Formats: sequence, structure tokens, C-alpha cells
Amino acid sequence: MARDGLNSDRTPPRLEVKGVSKRFPGVLANDHVDFAVRPGEIHALLGENGAGKSTLVKMIYGVLQPDEGTILWDGQPVSVVDPRAARRLGIGMVFQHFSLFEAMTVLENIALGMDGGTDMRALADRIIEVSRTYGLPLEPHREVHTLSVGERQRIEIVRCLLQNPKLLIMDEPTSVLTPQEVERLFETLRQLASEGCSILYISHKLQEIKVLCHHATILRGGKVVAECDPAAETATTMAQLMIGHEVRTVTRRAGGGGDVVRLAVEGLDLPPEFLHGVALRNISFEVKGGEIFGIAGVAGNGQGELMMALSGERLAHHAQVIRVDGLPAGRLFAGARRRLGVCCVPEERNGHAAVPAMSLNENVVLSGHHRLHLLSSIFIKAAAARRYAEKVVKAFDVRTPGTMASAGSLSGGNLQKFVVGREILQAPGVLVVSQPTWGVDAGAAATIHQALADLARDGAAIVVISQDLDELLAITDRLAVINVGVLSNPLVTAQADVAEIGLLMGGVHGLDPLPVPHGAGAAHAP
Amino acid sequence: MVRGPLMRLRIEPRQETSRLMLYVTPVAAVIMTVLTGLVLFVLMGYAPGPTLYYFFVSPLLTLYGLSELMVKAAPLIMIGVGLAMGFRANVWNIGAEGQLTCGAIAAGGVALALWEQEGLWILPLMCAAGIAGGALYAAIPAFLKTRFDVNEILTSLMLTYVATLLLSTLVYGPWKDPAGFNFPYSRMFTDAAILPILMEGTRLHVGTLVALLIAVAGWVLMTFTIIGFQIRVLGQAPAAARFAGFSRSKLIWLCLLTSGGLAGLAGTFEIAGPIGQLVPVISPGYGFTAIIVAFLGRLHPLGIILSGLVMALSYIGGENAQVEVGLPQAVTGVFQGLLLFFLLASDFVVRYRVRLAPAMGDRP
Repeated sequence: MARDGLNSDRTPPRLEVKGVSKRFPGVLANDHVDFAVRPGEIHALLGENGAGKSTLVKMIYGVLQPDEGTILWDGQPVSVVDPRAARRLGIGMVFQHFSLFEAMTVLENIALGMDGGTDMRALADRIIEVSRTYGLPLEPHREVHTLSVGERQRIEIVRCLLQNPKLLIMDEPTSVLTPQEVERLFETLRQLASEGCSILYISHKLQEIKVLCHHATILRGGKVVAECDPAAETATTMAQLMIGHEVRTVTRRAGGGGDVVRLAVEGLDLPPEFLHGVALRNISFEVKGGEIFGIAGVAGNGQGELMMALSGERLAHHAQVIRVDGLPAGRLFAGARRRLGVCCVPEERNGHAAVPAMSLNENVVLSGHHRLHLLSSIFIKAAAARRYAEKVVKAFDVRTPGTMASAGSLSGGNLQKFVVGREILQAPGVLVVSQPTWGVDAGAAATIHQALADLARDGAAIVVISQDLDELLAITDRLAVINVGVLSNPLVTAQADVAEIGLLMGGVHGLDPLPVPHGAGAAHAP
Repeated sequence: MVRGPLMRLRIEPRQETSRLMLYVTPVAAVIMTVLTGLVLFVLMGYAPGPTLYYFFVSPLLTLYGLSELMVKAAPLIMIGVGLAMGFRANVWNIGAEGQLTCGAIAAGGVALALWEQEGLWILPLMCAAGIAGGALYAAIPAFLKTRFDVNEILTSLMLTYVATLLLSTLVYGPWKDPAGFNFPYSRMFTDAAILPILMEGTRLHVGTLVALLIAVAGWVLMTFTIIGFQIRVLGQAPAAARFAGFSRSKLIWLCLLTSGGLAGLAGTFEIAGPIGQLVPVISPGYGFTAIIVAFLGRLHPLGIILSGLVMALSYIGGENAQVEVGLPQAVTGVFQGLLLFFLLASDFVVRYRVRLAPAMGDRP
């Protein structure tokens, strides 16, 4: 039934992308991508974070320009110089993050987004008409701040529909919606498709794609790795295609994990800090000395919140929720936790893990003064800080003219090496590190992995939060998947099935209970 | 690169801000202020040469003029150092004028309560009361900010007017000099409550030395201690401060209490120094001018000494030009405003470049 609305193969595709490549410094974001969307088709663009989905649609919508390749619109090559040009062609896009003015009304917000002059009264009538036709109830004169997230998304969709688009791009539209809102959105999209509007639907949620989409293009590492009919595939097979079969050869350390639990998290709940934030729900796990514990998951599923809860940037409701070497730490702030031996590397280096305008020496003081004896009363021992900075630069091969260089002047990969090294060389008892090898080259990644392994061998408990599943499979002893703020049961990495992890990442629940290797943490998992 | 249909002005941050420029811009701002002043004098019908001379040069030619410069600069430096500490942490205390007033009220209260008493302990007690008065007054915005996230710019600014009205209430009412022919002045403080004079025949008092010491202490605190480090991190990267475990609310309290306390001490020095009693208006806007002083001094305590002297000159030069060539008093305020304007403008030009660019370009 899903294919009813499709035209025959003879008409040219509404949109065709041929051999499109886009290169950013140090990364090939899109590598000769080919795919086509036919009129009235709901076409899924599926891939992990960093697979190149966003870059691709930004080029289609004119936000970025391709380095190579052509974009064909109704069979004609076009050059989409900017979003305005895209809209003139008939391309509409609903972004993941809305750009709405809270203090203004729905009508005013929509009027602001229209190209050219607008007659407000006529526009209000059209908004009501469109919202009736597509089951997207909207009151033009309501102020945006009074609306729910789902209602706000409707504004963005209606804004696109008012331009009578022939192709609607939806970027992760359901990430902020309730299940009921998702169902409603799908009905709207199906209705649009049946009227001939093509829809490019970007997601990593396998079930949604199966239910909604007619065709799927799967991206991995910037390349198209497969095309499939989602209805004919299972979520498992799509997960395999998305993540890839080839897993990096693993040189496992012998017998990871001692007997002493160094980090214990039991029933951690954390409300979202901001609108659209993720709430952590009943997270429990234990990490033993000598063990590397991985947390996999698609970005934005609570990894940042979990990092903040573990580092002490946000406090748990009860001290016993987080225990370090048996001591209650849930109510301790970051500095006090460092003294207990918890060091952390947050995902964002500039402005979070390091102060960009400060020198490397000063950035050592930032997170090192608690453990490295860099203070005498209130005075900073600048020479000691410099010596430690030099040690980090040497051990992790940080390319910098000197330790007086500002953190912001280092390249992303070099700053990453510095930040990771700064924490590892403090010999922490518990190390929590997010995206340890993000942006560094293969050699540096190996250095960092080796340093993590050495730290674990010396008895530290290590938590690695990463979106790079290959990395987790290569270096962890056990791993769990975080999805919408809920942590799955831990799996023993050596026995883990990639497809199963992919399903957990895509939020497929209700599978058979997963194997529970060791640790009491399992009792609390959903 | 040029492919958009529209060209528009685009403001882009420069890759590197040169360190030299950091020091050049305040000087450039002063020069441009003087040049604009020149044009202003001509437009107002004053002879530019003599007016400039009386405004900027003649106050510096006599010992008395120089001593007055220090007397005016002292409160500006003290308050500027305190405010700069907060500004570094993105804590915007705009109400130093009110904290100065409250400090003066507290210290003046001590002086009046101990009227005609002798004792070397009276001045230190007044200073302590002045610091406490200013700090307590700054505690109100600190509490509101840390507890309810109320913008400290608004609260501290509005409280200024409350403080000056409170002072008026006191000097028009209960604290009025009983032998003062109903003028709104308190009694003249007796000797034990007056700051010692450093140089005979001038108003140069001990407080000016204290102001210099405070600037040096502020420099040590901001540069070499973990407290200054925490303040700088909080201002530059709040998320990094949280990551390091620095308490935002403690630092907000510290900055507001310190800047309030220093403003209170400046108020104490004013009434125990040049003024010698409580009057309805004890400051020609030192608390506000110190904001300009802090920025002109690059938020650096030693730079603030220099900028404090420059701004003090604008007060004295304004008075001098008023006496000598009849320049309106308001010109002083115009000069101070011009200076801040040129400083911010030259900073902007140093940090950003403005260029014509296509309306929409490549963005990664």
C-alpha cells in the first residue's frame, strides 16, 4: 500500500543527486553521492551521526554548495545558490531546530519567513486553510511561547506548505515529538505524498522509516552504501546496513575488569536542564577497576546530561545515587569529585573542557589544580602548571608552538589530545570521557586508546561515551546503549551483536531480554 | 565566491586580535575624544586653543592641580578596580554610585555618633563601616541574582536612586546639623574622623595611597591567584567554570561584595577627606564614571590607575575651563561619554572587520 502514490518510472525524478561530493578541512563529508527522489515518494535518508546526511540536505537546500557533482530538478540540472533559490524551485525544509521568535504570534513568525511582501490578513486566511487541509491545527494569533514543541513544528511545516513545495525535507522531525504527535505528522506526510509532493525524510529511527517511507538511501561515512525498500527489510537488516558489517579488528586486552567496583550509579534520574533537553531516567551501571565501559547511542539521547551528572556539573538528587570507591558522591560538585579521583573529558572542547582564550598552562590549572598540587594557599604555582602542560604536550604529541599558546589556537585534534592527556596523566581512579578520539587522526586515536588501556590496566575504571560504535567495540569490555535518556542493559562487548546494538540505538524496544553478563546494574535497566 | 544576488555589509570576527591593539585602542580613543572636543569647542564658539589648554594642560602644571588630580582619581581607581573584577566575570554591577552612597552613610553615621571623640581607632572603624555599608548594599543584587536570576544591571542601577534618596532623607532630617541654619548638611566631622593630609596646602589625603595599594592588590589577585583565575574563567567560558567545579553563585557574591565594598570605602574617603561632612550629594557620579574607567583601563587594575587619572582630568579640566573661559559644566559629561563611545568603537574595529559580502555564502 505504501507504493500506491508513486508515479511510473518514466517520469524524471523530482530530485536527482549525481556524484555529489563535499569536503571540509580534514574530512570528506560526502563522497560521490547518488540518489533520486521521485514525485510523491517519501524517501528516507538513513545514517548514523556523521554519516553525511546533514551536509547532503544542506546542499540540496542551498545552504552549502557541492564541490563536485550535479543536482537535477525535474530532470534539469540546477544550481541552488541559496535557500531562497531552493524555495523558488519548490523545495521546503523543516529543520530539527526551529527558528521561531517566542514573543511573536504564529502569523508574525510565518510572515517573517516569507520571501517578498505579505498581506497579513490574506496570510492568516491561508494559514487556516492550509492547517485545515493537512490536519495541522494552528491559531494564527497565538503567541509562540504558549505553544508545545509539536505545535511549533506545525508552524514550520505550515510555513513550508504555504509555498506549495514539490519537495519537503524533514530533518529528524520526530526527535522532539510525543508518539501521538508522531502519528499525526505521519498522516500529514502521507497526505502530502499522495498529492504528489516528494518528501525527503532524514532519520536514524528504523521503525519510523519502516512504517512511513517508500524508499531508503543509506549513508555511511559520506557514501551511499545501500538503497532498499524499507517495507521489505527488517529493522535489523537496516541497522546492519547503517552501521556496517566490517568492524575494525580488535586487539583486546587480556581479561579486562577486576573485582572492585570503583564507580557505581544507581537509579540516576535527572530532569532536562533546558527545553528540548533529555531527561535521564533511572540510569544504573557499575564499572570495576580495570574495566572500560562503553556507552553507545545516537547523539542527543542524554549523553551530555549523563556526562554532566557523572562529572558533578549537575548534582544528583541523592548522594548515594553515584558512589566513587564506595563513597557517596552524588551531591558533590566537580571539584570535590576530582579530589575523589573522578576526571572527565566532556565532548565540547572549546569553552567546556578548555577556555579558548587561555594558555595551555592556564588550562592545566582549570581541571588540574585539585589533584596536581598546583596551589600554595590561594596562589597558583605557574611553574608547576607549565611543567605539567609540557608533560602532556610531550606524552600526547600535541602540536603547538609552546604551552603559552592559547587553547583556541590549537587545531581541534590537537586540543583534543591535550584535553584527554590532561585528564589521563592525572592518574584518575575513575575517568569519564566523551568522544575520546573525535577529530584526531588515526595515529593519535591509537595513542589515546593505548593510554586509556594503560590507565585501565593500572586499576582505573573508565567510562567511554561515544557515537563511534567501532571505537567502543574495539576498546571496551562491556557496553550499554543510551536512548532517550534510558540506558540499556550492559552487554559484554566480545559477545555483542552489532545489529542488536543498532536496534537499541534506533530505539526499538520490546526485544527479548538481552544477556546480562555481570554487575548489579542490570537490575535497574528497563 | 561572489554568487549571491545581493551584497550586504557583513561583520566578521578577525582571526587574531593583536595584543598591541589592546593597548593602542585606549590611547586612540583618548586622542579622538580630544579631537572631537576641538570641533565641539569651535562649533560652540570658543577659541579652540585656549579652551583645550585650560581643559587638558593647565590643571597639570601646578602642584595643586596634580594633587587635585589624585584626589579625584582615587575614588575612580578604587571603584574601577572593584567593578573590573566583576566585569571580568560577566557580573555587571552598575550601581557603584549607590554603594558609594551607602558606604558614606554608614561611615558618616559612625563619625557623627563619635562626634568630638578622640582616638586613632575612629577612622579604621569608619572605613570598616563604609566597606560594610557598600558591600551590604551590593548584597541585594547579589542575592536577587543568585537566588532568582534577576538581572543585576537593573537592580544595582535602580538601587542607586534609593541610596541617594536615603542620604537626602538623613541630611534633611535626623542628621542635619543643629547649628547649621537649616542647611541640609550634617555636622562637620571632628579631627579624629578626618583623613590625614599628605601634603600641606592641598587636599591630598591618605586615601589616595590606599587607592593605589588597592589597585596593586587587585592586580595580584586577578593575575596570580586561583580566585582571579576562577573569575576570569567564569567570564570567558561559564561552561568551563562549571566543568572545573567553580561555584558561579559564590563568585557572583564575591564580585558584588568586593565591588560594593570598594565603592563604600571610596564614599568613606570622600566624606572623611575632601568633604568632611555628609551632604545631599557626595559624588559627582564617580560610581558611574568608574565604569568607563574600568573599560578604558582594559579591566586591568594597573591600567585602571592610568585611566582613572585620565578621567579625573576630565573633571578637573571641566571645572577649570568653566572658570577660565566659561565652558558649560555639561561638557565634562559629554567628554566622558565620547571617550566611552570611541573606546567601544575602536575595540569593535579591532575585533571585527566589516566588509561587503554576498548575502549568502558557504558555511560549513
